[in-house]
Amino acid sequence: MNSGTFTGLFLGALIGTVVGVGAYTFVYAKGSSYLTDNPAACANCHIMNDQYDGWVKSSHRAVATCNDCHTPDGFFGKYMTKMSNGFWHSYAFTTGDFHEPIEIKQHNRDITRQACRKCHQDIIEAIEGTHAEESTLSCLPCHGSVGHLTR
Amino acid sequence: MADTSTSTKRSFKFVALVAVITTFAAVGVVALLMNIMERKQEARNPFYRVVELTDTTDSPDVWGKNFPLQYDGYIRTVDQVRTRYGGSEAIQRTPTNADPRSVVAQSRLEEDPRLKTMWAGYAFAQDFREERGHAFMLDDQTFTERQAVTTQPGTCMHCHASVYVPYKKLGGGDLIKGFEAMNQMPYTDARKLVTHPVACIDCHDPSTMQLRVTRPGFLEGIRALKASQGVKDYDVNAMASRQEMRAYVCGQCHVEYYFKGAEKRLTYPWSKGLKVENILEYYEEIQFRDWTHAETGAEALKAQHPEFEMWSQGIHARSGVACADCHMPYKRVGALKISDHHVRSPLLNINNACQTCHKWPEEELKERVETIQGRTFSLRNTAMDALVDLINDIKSARTAGKSDAQLAPARKYQRKAQFYLDFVEAENSTGFHAPQEATRILGESINFSRLGQVSLKK
Repeated sequence: MNSGTFTGLFLGALIGTVVGVGAYTFVYAKGSSYLTDNPAACANCHIMNDQYDGWVKSSHRAVATCNDCHTPDGFFGKYMTKMSNGFWHSYAFTTGDFHEPIEIKQHNRDITRQACRKCHQDIIEAIEGTHAEESTLSCLPCHGSVGHLTR
Repeated sequence: MADTSTSTKRSFKFVALVAVITTFAAVGVVALLMNIMERKQEARNPFYRVVELTDTTDSPDVWGKNFPLQYDGYIRTVDQVRTRYGGSEAIQRTPTNADPRSVVAQSRLEEDPRLKTMWAGYAFAQDFREERGHAFMLDDQTFTERQAVTTQPGTCMHCHASVYVPYKKLGGGDLIKGFEAMNQMPYTDARKLVTHPVACIDCHDPSTMQLRVTRPGFLEGIRALKASQGVKDYDVNAMASRQEMRAYVCGQCHVEYYFKGAEKRLTYPWSKGLKVENILEYYEEIQFRDWTHAETGAEALKAQHPEFEMWSQGIHARSGVACADCHMPYKRVGALKISDHHVRSPLLNINNACQTCHKWPEEELKERVETIQGRTFSLRNTAMDALVDLINDIKSARTAGKSDAQLAPARKYQRKAQFYLDFVEAENSTGFHAPQEATRILGESINFSRLGQVSLKK
């Protein structure tokens, strides 16, 4: 065995070990579930249990999943949002550095505010009338509990 | 040869670099893996039943073996922390034989001597301190100087000790019979039958852990209240929702009450409603008085911590928020969501108590509460001054030789004014449980005091 083959084998073993451990971690952490729309995936780590339990009993459970209200329209927007939230949520949960009770950030609240329009555009248009341009209308302050009551 | 050695050196460096990078990567991934595993372990909610709990297990430390997290909170009620308008301060004292306590709370009588005038001739004018946490309820009742100036009945145990098991023992298995028997005992005799301050079994069913009302005073009081609202034979343990129970178990004791008749039966005066005027009307009808005022001869009433009644008139009650939501808010321990058994002022735990619903900074929420309490406290002082004015006027009218008939209207006003004032004063939220109601009651009280003064001029 010459030194080139040996180096190649050694490098391969090194990298293979890391990839193997990484793959195991990915499967163990149910990594692929995050690519789906299944709300149970959002409660994989227990911090969202309250929200998940609330959703199970909510009026919207039959018509909307987490992703319907918490990601924007379109493939790109949806997966960018999932990626960004996925990273920051994992980061916060792993380090334990986050506010309790957990709170939605402004960016995500805006997404949810817009998401009502996916289904309720007609009624929102009827309310906004000709003022749609400058409208800051939000359903959330009054209807915040339709998705999940958290208290 | 030289070429080979250079390339070997270079490839060795390359392998070393890759090895260092993959080592760090492996350490990172394994650390993450372990973290995920730990979090998954947390989420399993393990519950270990290490002792059997029965309907006669009254020791909280035995319950604590099965429920260490809740027990850990429960024993913290020894903490003495002040808030701006409430809470207790730990005052050192030299223990005596009669009173072995080395720490007590501050005296309210020293803070506001007008209270002595209001309660002249009643045991509360002798000794009245800021209430401490649940852990001290039995000791503070046993050793108060009020015990020395008056003879108390065993009825007091109803709310100053864990009585469920002692009542049942005394009644031969019948809770109500035990209650009736203990009411009629002298305090010192009854004191020997109880051991613990409020304990797990007072609010929880030992087999299901469901909330349960065990205090006869509340069982009967809420039945009378519901009857007045057209609900017959109300059985709180069978008919109340879980959320209602999260207020009712506290309402077992944090209420206005009196001792009915010679048998000293603890009674909550709710058969006409929970508002102050309903309760006063109840007392007027049965012509009840707690004592005769030493300086004026008025037949006076003492209101006692009507937290449940005041809360029921406020916006939080109307919104379905129970006592436990703010005083025992949910908290996360690992993956477990438990209610915090360290019962205390929400002002000491704003994050869990208030911010679950009110998404504003802690400082602002505290400010809001203290604004309400500050307004209430200032009006309470005005009402207190008005009452002292009335008491002084009746006193001088009495020495000037006015007859009982001439003094009667003013005494009647004094009775009302001081019951209304005490209804806010004795209530442990400085108005927060129902701000507008507290203000209304104080306004009425001031009016009664001034009307009393006017009646003396006629």
